[in-house]
Amino acid sequence: MSDRHPVPTRTTATMSDRAPERAQRSSAGPLRVRGLTIALPGQRGTADVVDDVSFDVLEGRTTGLIGESGSGKSLTAMALVGLIPDTGVASGQVLLGDENLLTAGRARMRQVRGAEISVVFQDPSTALNPTMTIGDQVGEILRGRGLSRRQARERAADLLDHVGIPDAAGRVGAYPHEFSGGMRQRAMIALALAGRPRFVLADEPTTALDVTVQARILDLLARLRDEDNLSMLLVSHDLRVMSHVADDLVVMYAGRVCERGGAKAVLNRPLHPYTDALVRSVPSVRVRSAIADPLPGSPANPFDRPTGCPFNPRCPRAEDRCRTEVPPLREVEPGRFSACHFAELAERTSDTAAEDLL
Amino acid sequence: MLPQLVRRIGLMVFTVWGAVSLTFVILRLAPGDQATVQLGPDATAAEVSALRGELGLDRPIFVQYLDYLGSASTGDFGESYRFHESAMTVILERFPATVVLALTATALALTIGLLLGIMAGRSPGRLADRVISGITLVMQAIPPFWSGIMLILLMALTLRLLPSAGSGDLEHLVLPSVTLAIPFTALVARITRSSVAEVTAEPYILTARSKGLSERAVLARHAVRNSVIPVVTIVSLHIGTLLGGAVIVEQVFAWEGVGSLLVGAVGNRDYAIVQGATVLFAIVVVTMNLLADVLNSRLDPRIRAGAQA
Repeated sequence: MSDRHPVPTRTTATMSDRAPERAQRSSAGPLRVRGLTIALPGQRGTADVVDDVSFDVLEGRTTGLIGESGSGKSLTAMALVGLIPDTGVASGQVLLGDENLLTAGRARMRQVRGAEISVVFQDPSTALNPTMTIGDQVGEILRGRGLSRRQARERAADLLDHVGIPDAAGRVGAYPHEFSGGMRQRAMIALALAGRPRFVLADEPTTALDVTVQARILDLLARLRDEDNLSMLLVSHDLRVMSHVADDLVVMYAGRVCERGGAKAVLNRPLHPYTDALVRSVPSVRVRSAIADPLPGSPANPFDRPTGCPFNPRCPRAEDRCRTEVPPLREVEPGRFSACHFAELAERTSDTAAEDLL
Repeated sequence: MLPQLVRRIGLMVFTVWGAVSLTFVILRLAPGDQATVQLGPDATAAEVSALRGELGLDRPIFVQYLDYLGSASTGDFGESYRFHESAMTVILERFPATVVLALTATALALTIGLLLGIMAGRSPGRLADRVISGITLVMQAIPPFWSGIMLILLMALTLRLLPSAGSGDLEHLVLPSVTLAIPFTALVARITRSSVAEVTAEPYILTARSKGLSERAVLARHAVRNSVIPVVTIVSLHIGTLLGGAVIVEQVFAWEGVGSLLVGAVGNRDYAIVQGATVLFAIVVVTMNLLADVLNSRLDPRIRAGAQA
């Protein structure tokens, strides 16, 4: 496989000017999110759609960010590259090394995007420019670094080959509509890798794809993470996606983190009723039911959060305290964080569901 | 591809034929004809009917129509009784002046319209957008005959900067082309605005931003090209309106193009000129539409694929 390994910047001409950056990179450490809060205006005033979110994207690992739609997970991910809507206001810290990206200037953020942190978007059929060739889109970052058009195309072909596109050299001149959905997402991933970032944010990277292709894209992401030593933030609402590739898990509900920890541990024995409900709602292959145990109610609206624990109206375990007192995220066991007043009482109830998942 | 092309050309011929036939009928429905105009109000009925017979105007309209179509299809559009020359020769002599006028107006409308449209569309709802949208709304509402007269009043009579009428050189070109460009600019600006606003909300613009491109590069490389596609279509559809506007503007500014020739010919019932000019305008319009489609298929690879299928 190593001969297919392209990432040409490592070995070719530009290596010398990239070298200092490389040295700096290795010491940069994880991407740390601290107290991230994002206020967005809505119809009834502004609300903290993301509220005091903290987690780390550790080096060489895949961190899963899971939650229902509207939980603020995508917005959280976009805040890491400074691409939240113009009307949004982000506070807190996103630390790349010692640098807080939330207070970095526009020019600095442009340097970070693509080169340090890049993004794989959800739907490759709309996230790729329809009037630009795949090769030009993949190689655009490299063009910005002074490569000629031909060189950029060659690199693009290498990258496309790296992500498993057959006959990559012959297809750099193709347009997105000439690719299948899975191929487009591979091209999107190649595009995200072009700037040789250390961090890749994958926002629902398989949601828009056929089920048959999803696993292959996830495997590709896992392979790239290992081969290129990437750190990945995987945003998804799909627990099965998470169980497939995530090393660490951050569970979000109504804009807040409700549980955090190692993926296996979290899925095996959730310490928050919401996570537990999520695990139970996943249809098991062995059980003849479309949805094993659906979660009742609808997700809390950040503009109209219930008092106390935001999950309390849907929680089977809710008591009076949950309706008045906001549970802080606390370390319940080493490496396990939960924002439930009764986290210690969590039983090992979801064995069967979790076994199918893992 | 080939059947597509054949279909396309067939459609063009059909359009031109439709324009010719409509003009033919409308001209004959109008009161008076060449004989009455040529002989004047003092002529007796006998004189008029004698001339009618001579010109073949007393034949049934259907016969006249077939006769005209027959010779027109061989390139003979009849002779102008006022110029004593082949109508098409007279028209083609005046045609370059109209082309210069229309092209200047189009160039003005495209540069200013695209610029305004992009400025407004990149930040919908902001001040720049509201100001530009307001201005273009007014520009679109002003009829050329009025804005032409106002421009003459201001530039020629009050400020004495430019000649009010005449044709040929550059200073004569300014006022008529500006007049013609005003509503066209507004149209281009408004279409571009909505197109840019739509495109900049597309996910691939976010992708471009996530590459660390500057806003200028995002706009230039990703937004504009995709935004221009509907603009090309609208501009090509507007060519007919532009030529219609040219007729009025040429009249207002005494610009010696096909437009003013046409107005004179209608008044004098110079059928050959009116019909010849209509054929020419119709051909220009269908050709521009074809060109726009070709251009769009160059801009958008998906259209290219669709045309081949």
